[in-house]
Amino acid sequence: MSWNEIVGMVVIGVGVAFDALGCLGLLRLPDVYNRLQAGTKCVTFGTCGILFGIFIMNGFNSLGIKALLGIPFVLLTSPVGAHALARGAHIFGVKLADKTVVDHYADDRGDKPRL
Amino acid sequence: MNTYLIILIGCCFACLIRAWLGKSIPDRMVAIDIMGTLAVGLTAILAIITGRSFLIDVALAWIFLSFIGTLALAKYLAHKTLDE
Repeated sequence: MSWNEIVGMVVIGVGVAFDALGCLGLLRLPDVYNRLQAGTKCVTFGTCGILFGIFIMNGFNSLGIKALLGIPFVLLTSPVGAHALARGAHIFGVKLADKTVVDHYADDRGDKPRL
Repeated sequence: MNTYLIILIGCCFACLIRAWLGKSIPDRMVAIDIMGTLAVGLTAILAIITGRSFLIDVALAWIFLSFIGTLALAKYLAHKTLDE
């Protein structure tokens, strides 16, 4: 194995580990908003790590350039979708978890807090 | 490389378990959104394993389809209807 395959395997391994931890948070956390935060951040960084590792393994051929092009697309679209989903869930009226003490977003919107 | 593929398929099953247990409609939507982002990485790893470079095109298309689907679901959540 040459050096770029070894470095690429390590970077892809870091990305897969982030994906697994994000899915663990998706299963274990108590609330929609907590699940969205854990899932979206970890899975976005993990998918970017996988694509960057594929770019390191392949270099500047067609597969590597397309993988490198996918990184800004994931970084742009996934947080926007998660933000829209969190806003929609708050308007829909999903309760926050039991240990939550404050809901500033409801105060900003002039709505009753979802506690 | 096959180990990474098996771990990612396990993550997709974890998302499906969350979508099945649910307890509320936004829970299921969050699980399906995260599974769409996971599928991009899974398809990219599959492109390395099989050596066919058209699978990375599938991953690039999947990013935008998952984004549009998530925005439509969020709009349905906020206004209870799809036309406005």
